[in-house]
Amino acid sequence: MEKQWAEMTSDEKQEARFQKWLSPEGVKFVSSEAERLYKERGTRIKDAIQMKKKPDRVPVLLIPSFAPAFYSGLTPRTVMYDYEKANQAWKKFYLDTQPDAHFGCVAPGPGPFFDILDYKLYKWPGHGVPPESTYQAIEGEYMTADEYDALIQDPTYFFTTKYLPRIFGALESFKQLPNLTTYVEMYGTGITFFPYGLPDVQAAFKKLVEAGSEALKWMGYFGAFMKEMTELGFPAGQGGYTKAPFDIIADTLRGTKGIMLDMYRRPDKLIQAMDAMLPFWIQKGVIEADMNSNPLIFIPLHKGADGFMSDEQYKRFYWPYLKKIILGLADEGVVPFIWAEGGYNSRLEVIRDLPKGKTAWLFDIVDIAKARKALDGIACVCGTMPTALLVIGTPQQARDHAKKCIDVAGKGGGYIMSNGAFFDRVKWENLKTIVETVKEYGVYKR
Amino acid sequence: MAKDLVKTLADLKEQEVIRIVEERLKAKEDPVRILEDARKGMEMVGKRFASGEYFIPDLVYSGEILKSVTDLVKPKLTKETESKKLGKIVFGTVAGDIHDIGKDIVVFMLDVNGFEVYDLGVDVPAQKFVDKVKETGASIVGLSGFLTLAFDSMKQTMDTIKAAGLRDKVKVMIGGGQITDEIRKYTGADAYGKDAMTGVSLAKKWTGAK
Repeated sequence: MEKQWAEMTSDEKQEARFQKWLSPEGVKFVSSEAERLYKERGTRIKDAIQMKKKPDRVPVLLIPSFAPAFYSGLTPRTVMYDYEKANQAWKKFYLDTQPDAHFGCVAPGPGPFFDILDYKLYKWPGHGVPPESTYQAIEGEYMTADEYDALIQDPTYFFTTKYLPRIFGALESFKQLPNLTTYVEMYGTGITFFPYGLPDVQAAFKKLVEAGSEALKWMGYFGAFMKEMTELGFPAGQGGYTKAPFDIIADTLRGTKGIMLDMYRRPDKLIQAMDAMLPFWIQKGVIEADMNSNPLIFIPLHKGADGFMSDEQYKRFYWPYLKKIILGLADEGVVPFIWAEGGYNSRLEVIRDLPKGKTAWLFDIVDIAKARKALDGIACVCGTMPTALLVIGTPQQARDHAKKCIDVAGKGGGYIMSNGAFFDRVKWENLKTIVETVKEYGVYKR
Repeated sequence: MAKDLVKTLADLKEQEVIRIVEERLKAKEDPVRILEDARKGMEMVGKRFASGEYFIPDLVYSGEILKSVTDLVKPKLTKETESKKLGKIVFGTVAGDIHDIGKDIVVFMLDVNGFEVYDLGVDVPAQKFVDKVKETGASIVGLSGFLTLAFDSMKQTMDTIKAAGLRDKVKVMIGGGQITDEIRKYTGADAYGKDAMTGVSLAKKWTGAK
């Protein structure tokens, strides 16, 4: 009899999640060839991550931001607003490059949604930056230094009544919303709920409903894309994402400068806030893995990169809380696919402190031989495709680079070739050369 | 007896720095000397950054401490002190890119190290760099960019500088997360800096300053 989920070990849970991913329910593959390729590709990635078996060859992944739009001669603006064109462009990109997984067409996102809610956090193509550019966050203090206690005590209420009104112009009136965690009985009901009757609050809800409809419309296209790619034989390389607690606070709450000053001026509050974020962000990863029947949950890392803080600061503010997220996911059989954007050479020793076969580490600017040595037998190492190589290198350089990575990091499995930084416009020949080289040169001898 | 301001600032002891400055102002010391000590303290911060002892949070914090010192001292300055600038630099994040954290840190360190920096902000069109160089007579241009798309914007900015006949008149440095020496060659810039202090060293070298 099958074991109940709660009784399973984390290894068993991970295996069960992988099996579910490898045998997607209700899928009608376009051909038996597509079905075979789906299983082969998925198994290759699974074996590389688990490190229990040597894969048949080194898996190769391409994780683009707006690259598929540029590849099809479309602007980022177009694919943010024309969902069908986005789907076609992303499909063409993956069919032409033939990596071992696809990463959805989630990057562009629903442009009109952001218009409806008057999004303040980013500039996006045609809205603050040129149509040919990509969306970019606007640095700022969206949470002030004196608001730590409010965030720590009640994160959800803080997000609803402080954060959302600041990042969505249309939801400004949400700052008047009541805290429903204090509503339990009939007495006082009218007082609790009257804010929902205020005209500006009602206007905000109307906008939210409108925006929700747009998001749902977009999800229809997104869902169709995911289904079609599976049927064509490409497993999804990502089931969702979560973040490192330091980056949650740093990226879009306190801002880079704000958090750096907090490390000196209010280190204890910062630490309490990161602790307060943990349950929400672990749960987010697990829920998304469940929802998409996909164990691979991305964790893009930002402000703990080389140079962004000292070793001592990394060990005090960054790693302990990232580790809690990683272990929280791994306990549930979810596989954190940790994306160390930027340099990570100085962190390799610290991140070794993890259980075996539970994570994959995707590196951007790192000495891949050193990374492999540090994580050997502990975690799957992924990377690298230097951005400069993709943009201005030659196919010969791309081929040489791929071979070198396989030679120094690929021995015996536990390695995936992948880009380590989002890319937009690159020399497509270089991308294709890397994929082809891995397929020829990265085959493991039995 | 007040403790050494230079060292206290270099050690990033914010409260102590403020206390020392307040004491020295109370003792009617020449505010120019206090600022000079603060500048020396920042020089030490820069050195510690270059040697790998300090990192970006420490630079950012030192900037905030310096700002507190300046705020305290400024009202006591009797006359505008003319400090000789080492050179003029036009700086900005290139067209299509709005990232400013890296740029701001470099601009700040150049300023603290005695350069006159004209910060054009983010998403700066190529022509604006040219116009500002012509207006100010700056001898150095700094181009910042984080996106891969910035590589082409940098190249276009270099081409515009060339077309304006300014290529022999300015030295150009570039920097940003994904910038390498290959990208420098691609854009045609003179040098790339991996961090703020490399930018300062380059600027000093190019202007012949020590």
